Amino acid sequence: MSATATMGVAPAPAADESDAKVVDLKAARPAAGKGETVRSAAARARHGAGAALRGWLRALAGAVLPPLAGLALLVGLWHLATMNGGGIPSPGKTWDAAVTIFADPFYQAGPNDQGIGWNVLASLQRVAVGFGIAALVGIPAGFLLGRFAVLSQMMNPIISLLRPVSPLAWLPIGLLVFQRADPAATWTIFICSIWPMILNTAQGVTRVPQDYLNVARVLNLSEWKVFTKILFPAVLPYMLTGIRLSIGTAWLVIVAAEMLTGGVGIGFWVWDEWNNLKVEHIIIAIFVIGIVGLVLEQALMLVARRFNYENR
Amino acid sequence: MKKIVRIENVGQVFGTKNGPFTALQGINLDIHEGESIALIGHSGCGKSTLLNLIAGLTRPTSGVMLCDGREIAGPGPERAVVFQNHSLLPWLTCYDNVHLAVDRVFGAKEGKARLKQRTQDALALVGLTHAETKFPHEISGGMKQRVGIARALSMEPRILLMDEPFGALDALTRATLQDELVKIVAATKATMVMVTHDVDEAVLLSDRVVMLTNGPAATIGEILDVKLARPRDRLALAEEPEFAHCRAAVLDFLYKKQLKRAA
Repeated sequence: MSATATMGVAPAPAADESDAKVVDLKAARPAAGKGETVRSAAARARHGAGAALRGWLRALAGAVLPPLAGLALLVGLWHLATMNGGGIPSPGKTWDAAVTIFADPFYQAGPNDQGIGWNVLASLQRVAVGFGIAALVGIPAGFLLGRFAVLSQMMNPIISLLRPVSPLAWLPIGLLVFQRADPAATWTIFICSIWPMILNTAQGVTRVPQDYLNVARVLNLSEWKVFTKILFPAVLPYMLTGIRLSIGTAWLVIVAAEMLTGGVGIGFWVWDEWNNLKVEHIIIAIFVIGIVGLVLEQALMLVARRFNYENR
Repeated sequence: MKKIVRIENVGQVFGTKNGPFTALQGINLDIHEGESIALIGHSGCGKSTLLNLIAGLTRPTSGVMLCDGREIAGPGPERAVVFQNHSLLPWLTCYDNVHLAVDRVFGAKEGKARLKQRTQDALALVGLTHAETKFPHEISGGMKQRVGIARALSMEPRILLMDEPFGALDALTRATLQDELVKIVAATKATMVMVTHDVDEAVLLSDRVVMLTNGPAATIGEILDVKLARPRDRLALAEEPEFAHCRAAVLDFLYKKQLKRAA
């Protein structure tokens, strides 16, 4: 209540202070009659706590209200657009469907009819495997490319050629080689998430400050110590950027890949619900995909912030 | 006095886009044990190039460089370098930064307790015992540079090479660190070569001021013996005629004989 009021009028600091004093007086009244010092101390403590709470509430409102307003706008427009019927379900209808779906996200009724939880987990698993293998290959490859200019010159044309290729173009190759849909999808994830990791790691290695390498030379550090104490920590922020980009791409691609390969997975689920003409489920899936992608991105941002030494 | 470093007719030519560039030419200098030398000259004259040559970070294109009678083939812990921008590793604490050096030099032959003691001693020498667990980004510029000095000293080098070690600090911090360096050098009897562009710093800290001519093809123009008794006190020196004389001699070289034409 108070938070919305402050948001609405955006009061000047002075107005806020007098506001706080009113609260302060009220708070002090019950203490009247006791010693002067006791009262003022108590009042000051209350005042401090009150001001802190108000400040905290204001910060919270500032952080939360604009995004909420944006979401409300989206839902409002959606509602307006679907008021007169049509193929797209209204927000209310979608909400009802979502409640039903999330009431039992982990049911299993045969291979093609599983809860949304299973579908998301299946997609995440594919991404984890494909991405994991890409990291195992891509990060060491990036280190090599960054360390040895000849290798980088050798590989650069190949990478430049293959990187812009849509990951889905790799799917038939995967199907051909692995003969099964599931490894083909994993392969697609692998091939699309490896490039950012190679390129960012290599770039990080070439950008290790010469000063640090001079330190290593003056100290005559062993290659292993150079790697663990200087190269790896210096490259880590770049590597994490590569990982973040890769995860983002992988999550984009898995939906499309699963639409083509079938099985269990959020992408397959979207296609299946399209065949069932349950459009509200498709919209729910869009939200779920977005939220999972957001969570992945934010988690990696947190990790990256922990290891960023440049801005400290 | 024993000669630690001998530099004989050394020249340094860099290949650039516009053809070869002669940075240094005909450098002859002996550095004696326990001596402090200041390299001074206008910016771009090749002071740092000469220091890097002694450090072994670069190799000369001509001439001979010897350290303890052996050719300088690359960097080594017996020639410790204090870099201008401290070059501490930001992901290691002050203690770990120094310990990295201690471990490299003494790790093979000494126990863990002794290595720890050495690291702590080095930090105590520069008055940073309280900052052991801090990361470089948590301490001031002056403190970082002290850790850099502690790291260099912890290796017990034959010679301490300093590349404008106080150049990035404010005047007051610089003065404090200069005074501390005077004490540390006196206490450890270290041999030191310091690149500087600060005339007062050169005279205050060194036994000889080596003045380089302007580049390209810079060489040693003059060498000034600073006959000031040690320990030196910054305040007392201000009154000292010898200090004024040395200062005047260096200034005369820099601003009369080697005045840089306005760029």
